[in-house]
Amino acid sequence: MNSSLPRWADLALLPLLCLSLALLAAAGVVALVGQDPVEVLGALVQGAFGTARGLSYTLYYATTFIFTGLAVAVAFHGGLFNIGGEGQAILGGLGSGLVALWFSASLPAWLMLPLMLLAGAIAGMLWAAVPAYLQAYRGSHVVITTIMFNFIASTLLVYLLVNHLRPAGTMAIESRAFAASAHLPGVHEALAWFGIDWPQSPLNLSFVLALVACLAVYLLLWHTRAGYRLRAAGHSPGAAQYAGMRTQRQTLLAMALSGALAGLVGMNEIAGVSGKLILEFVSGAGFTGIAVALMGRNHPLGIVFASLLFGALFQGGAEVAFDVPGFSRDMVVMLQGFIVLFSGAMPYVFAPWLLRLLRALHLVPKHAEAPRA
Amino acid sequence: MSDAAPQAAGAASAPLAVHMRGICKRFGKLQANDHVELKVRSGSVHGVIGENGAGKSTLMSVLYGFYQADAGEISVYGERAHIRNADDAIALGIGMVHQHFMLVESLSVLDNVLLGAEAHWLLRPAQAQARARLLALMQSTGLQVDLDARIGSLNVGDRQRVEILKALYRGAKILILDEPTAVLTPQETQQLFAVLRQLRSQGTSTILITHKLKEVLALCDDITVMRAARVVLELTAERASLEVLAQAMVGRKVQLGRVAREGAAPGEVLLRAQGLNVRDALGVARLRDVSLAVRAGEIVGIAGVSGNGQSELLDVLSGLLRPDSGTLELGAARFAAENWLQPRGARALGQAHVPEDRHARALVLPFAAWESAVLGYEEQPAHSRWGWMRRGQLRRLTQGLLERFDVRPRNARLRSSQFSGGNQQKLVLARELAQAPRVLLVGQPTRGVDIGAIEFIYGQLRARRDAGCAVLLVSGELDEILALSDRVLVMHQGAIAGELAGADCSEAALGLLMSGAGA
Repeated sequence: MNSSLPRWADLALLPLLCLSLALLAAAGVVALVGQDPVEVLGALVQGAFGTARGLSYTLYYATTFIFTGLAVAVAFHGGLFNIGGEGQAILGGLGSGLVALWFSASLPAWLMLPLMLLAGAIAGMLWAAVPAYLQAYRGSHVVITTIMFNFIASTLLVYLLVNHLRPAGTMAIESRAFAASAHLPGVHEALAWFGIDWPQSPLNLSFVLALVACLAVYLLLWHTRAGYRLRAAGHSPGAAQYAGMRTQRQTLLAMALSGALAGLVGMNEIAGVSGKLILEFVSGAGFTGIAVALMGRNHPLGIVFASLLFGALFQGGAEVAFDVPGFSRDMVVMLQGFIVLFSGAMPYVFAPWLLRLLRALHLVPKHAEAPRA
Repeated sequence: MSDAAPQAAGAASAPLAVHMRGICKRFGKLQANDHVELKVRSGSVHGVIGENGAGKSTLMSVLYGFYQADAGEISVYGERAHIRNADDAIALGIGMVHQHFMLVESLSVLDNVLLGAEAHWLLRPAQAQARARLLALMQSTGLQVDLDARIGSLNVGDRQRVEILKALYRGAKILILDEPTAVLTPQETQQLFAVLRQLRSQGTSTILITHKLKEVLALCDDITVMRAARVVLELTAERASLEVLAQAMVGRKVQLGRVAREGAAPGEVLLRAQGLNVRDALGVARLRDVSLAVRAGEIVGIAGVSGNGQSELLDVLSGLLRPDSGTLELGAARFAAENWLQPRGARALGQAHVPEDRHARALVLPFAAWESAVLGYEEQPAHSRWGWMRRGQLRRLTQGLLERFDVRPRNARLRSSQFSGGNQQKLVLARELAQAPRVLLVGQPTRGVDIGAIEFIYGQLRARRDAGCAVLLVSGELDEILALSDRVLVMHQGAIAGELAGADCSEAALGLLMSGAGA
């Protein structure tokens, strides 16, 4: 963010400072509504990490954020701002859900689950490919088109659920349940195979999938030729053209990968938890992914940490809303807002102050400002 | 003060317009100014020369209030001055003409001069007042510009005059000109110098920042040479010579002039273009019927004021731009406009290209040096295998390149953006020459590059030529064209305006062709 800050301060101290200030600001609001900030924060941390069950929920939320955060990051390295994670996740879930509805009765789990994974990724990919094509070959800005595609995706899901997928005679807007072969085992089930006792929770094996996706994204971007080209085209289209790359293709590739990653959200929510197609299984995770990628500096490792933070806020916040009277879930949304504000926008404000402070403490040599050319 | 610096003659008696004493400025580990002293006599033209990074720009930024010095003091006309920002500087009568003009293209000359110095809160009366004052100013200084022309429609020479007018309008008695001739034709340069001499006769003091030694000798009264943050030489122009100045700037003897060629005489034609025509999106002709041929073992220089089609020519020849018509022969391969060469194909045919724009084309600035060092060649087996970048091997290869081409610092993991301009250029040159190309396209190889590095780059280009490579050199620097070229083609308004043999071409002859007068 600020090249004159030493690396350790830039990567660790500054984000921590921003996080602390966000918590402090939130504490102020908590105090304003007449609650004890220390108690609320304690309940939040306890709720998110204090018990095996709480931790499981935190990781379950984090799983979805890792997918959407990676989606934003891959697009970012391709020079694109993908706001469409929400819609791509919806389409991905729809893809996974439809193949489950069609084939789960006849296919075994070892075939069904990879098929759902593939269908989700491809559906998300195709949904992202349309704005990508329009951007690459027609110049329609991808920010605008992906936002619009979010609306289309959510209405498409509603339409299909209400008019086609809802079993006749039911009121709930959801599909019939998949057969057992479309169920991605929960972590407690998986651990039980090894004789380890773990409380039941929505946390499922897609958490492992998310970590694998992180590693894959890291290797792709920084170790493969394809990633090299994707980043070259993203950082400098002129240089990419000079090097003989087709920048339009790189735009398509970046968005397709981005959409595929967002499309995996369905594996966590549909295959892992609900076992049927429902409304609102994404519920804003696509947008949270933007904040996650921002906080995680568009690096897979940073995205894992940022996802943990946001997962903890979701889980801990739910616990607080349950435990503390007068503290609603909306307060948690406010806290998230503060974190996004402080970690997204405020580093530019804090960096010079931090630099001055570090200089005063003789931790950084004096006058480390960048010289003019 | 450096002990190598004799006193400037006559400085004791004449009043000093600017006296900077003991100026120190440090950026982190970099000492940009180290006890710098600058004495500008009133009514003189004072040249400040030095390589990039020698500290000239920092010194001027301190004088103009962009930076505060860590130590030292400034006096203006004998009075101690505290210059905290540009407004303070302007109030003291200091005006600056930046290398990159600070003009609003869509406004008229009058409005640009007026901007920020309106004498009335209503525009009309302010314009009327300004017009009257400017007409008088133009009369007395010889800076003639059409006050109602839009800046966007003016050429660079006129824009520069507007910048100078702007400074004078604000009451500048001390003018700082930062590399003013970088964008001018030789004729425009002469006009600028005439204006500066006129201003001098009227008592204006001028500080001229430049790296063009000939201009310093032609115009300046006193010269201050900076190297590595210090003043290494102060002398009057009568005592100065090209050799003395160059040596002081670089710290050793340099050879930048023509060198007798050693390789064999030029051989077969390796690059031949015929009838190239290019129109831009607005339908303006950028290349008009350009034909040229480059033989093995020769450097063909393309001279011309920038913007006369040289950039488009390089783009077309390297496959980045498809012409509307024309043909190209590259080695044994032939291309027509419908089926034009692609950059990858050009590389496969042994063509290398050092683009004009380092930042937008030649490098991906956030990439590590080892990543930028294979840009365009990432597919070669030595660089990637089965789709994976061979990172360890690439770092080693790049480390070797950095050493062979003297790129500093020698750190293959450093971001491309963290190298200085000259070192970035050497990195690009290293990448392209490492391919031992048969045809080499070079655009502005030494733009923003130090003298020491220029000498090195010239040597590399000549060595490539002597090894039988066909080199096409596009440069806005006449000295560069003259020093390197075996043949010179001059471009004007998208067409080749003339051809001269390298040995018998002179600056005057080139200048005439460049301005279109030779046609």
